[in-house]
Amino acid sequence: MAVAASGLKDATAIVGIGQTSFARHLPEDEKTLACRAVLAALEDAGIAPGEVDGLASYTMEETDEVELAKAVGFGDLTFFSKVGYGGGGSCATVAHLAAAIAAGQAGVGVAWRSRKRGSGPRPWTNTAVQLPTPAQWTRPFGLLRPVDEIAVLARRYMHEYGATRDHLFNVALACRNRANQNPAAVMYERPLTREMYMTSRWISEPLCLFDNCLETDGALACVLVSKERARDCRTRPVYVHSAAQGLPAQHHGMVNYWNDDPLTGPAWTAARHLWKHADFTPQDVDVAQIYDAFSVLIPLSLEGYGFCGRGEGGAFTEQGALEIGGRLPLNTGGGGLSEAYVHGFNLINEGVKQLRGTSTAQVPGAATCLVTAGEGVPTSALLLRS
Amino acid sequence: MLNPVTDTDGAPFWEYAARGELRVQACGDCHEPRFPPRPCCPRCQSFASEWRLTSGRGRIWSYVVPHPPLLPDYAEQAPYNVVVVELEDCPRIRLAGNLVAHAGAPLNSLDPHSPRIGARVHVVFGDGGLPQWVPA
Repeated sequence: MAVAASGLKDATAIVGIGQTSFARHLPEDEKTLACRAVLAALEDAGIAPGEVDGLASYTMEETDEVELAKAVGFGDLTFFSKVGYGGGGSCATVAHLAAAIAAGQAGVGVAWRSRKRGSGPRPWTNTAVQLPTPAQWTRPFGLLRPVDEIAVLARRYMHEYGATRDHLFNVALACRNRANQNPAAVMYERPLTREMYMTSRWISEPLCLFDNCLETDGALACVLVSKERARDCRTRPVYVHSAAQGLPAQHHGMVNYWNDDPLTGPAWTAARHLWKHADFTPQDVDVAQIYDAFSVLIPLSLEGYGFCGRGEGGAFTEQGALEIGGRLPLNTGGGGLSEAYVHGFNLINEGVKQLRGTSTAQVPGAATCLVTAGEGVPTSALLLRS
Repeated sequence: MLNPVTDTDGAPFWEYAARGELRVQACGDCHEPRFPPRPCCPRCQSFASEWRLTSGRGRIWSYVVPHPPLLPDYAEQAPYNVVVVELEDCPRIRLAGNLVAHAGAPLNSLDPHSPRIGARVHVVFGDGGLPQWVPA
């Protein structure tokens, strides 16, 4: 009997990563930062810009393909793609390139994100771009910011399953501890204590300051090629083992309050596809980079991606499970909570560093890594392996 | 304060609300209620729709208490509550709103920590027909 071929499995590899510095304010503009990150990733791979023929980024990326291509000297482009839903698109940029390369639509793909979220305005303050759906059902009542929308799910989650602020602190602490090992992290020299967490100001109860990601200027990029081409690159290839996007039936975006079960978000959909095409299981994952715009996304994602049962995501964080040496070391560069918030692209690059063995918080012998994009919004995820 | 920026699908909800009626869209053929409103029925694909009057009763499904930084009109009233209310008639339809002391009262007219998950509430209509919720 014929078995459907898994066209993406290990067919492509990330062979270059690049990033700018991360800070609350960087002097250069987003376009310049994008160019620097992309050129750094190509230099890392040992591939000339003229060889690039495929691109992928986010619909929220302000530097378009034309501007980037003519600035850094790309060749003729035959594939370019942008993925929507903010941070939900991070892993999908790599997934689209992997699909394009595996299908022969491109040979060398670059994915990138450049954002001055630290210097720039907070998107929610722009009421002129208020979308009629779903904002008409939420914003007039004062659910103004992403944190307010996610806090609704956080409160319900804590109510249904007994998750506590200590569980959310475990997430924030693990990310901060890893940032304290990472000189590139914005919070490198800023330890976090339980007392700081428990006495910090509220942003949207039940979420406090330390449940929220940073506001960062910075850019990152990575380079993807076929597994055959990867053997000729100067770095150790990190293979895209499995990739998925996830938009569940009857999903409503971040304000996912209107279906049968709002606490099973897009992660569950992405996970089913991801694991269906993988040769290993959640138990085999050595290290995870899970999208952490808000701490509560971690327990929700741990459940969605199958590391624990429904409602067990809070308890999973206990006893140092997310620390180095724990069951599932998390966000080992510091994540969005403590390294940089660049719509999750730093999680992709940190996954690559772990599988090259070059992380500042290296998990000994790490050979498999889950990377996820924003949960709550239509999402995406990658399984990487060395 | 932000007024609802409505669209073709959502406009009837707000028109009924301005008349003091809480109605939700339902399929005109299979009668399955749906929210938010949309052009056709995800269950039977019919383009016929009706606007079903609800009892206006519900229970708090979740709530949050936003603190600044917020838009200026909201920051002035913070901390305030935002509740998500599950309608008694249609349990999958959950409406965001505010638990207030009486119709037309400001967002902070009750202690922001007064909402409780599961508490019974019913709808009232504030200025301009914006639905609000009061303890039942």
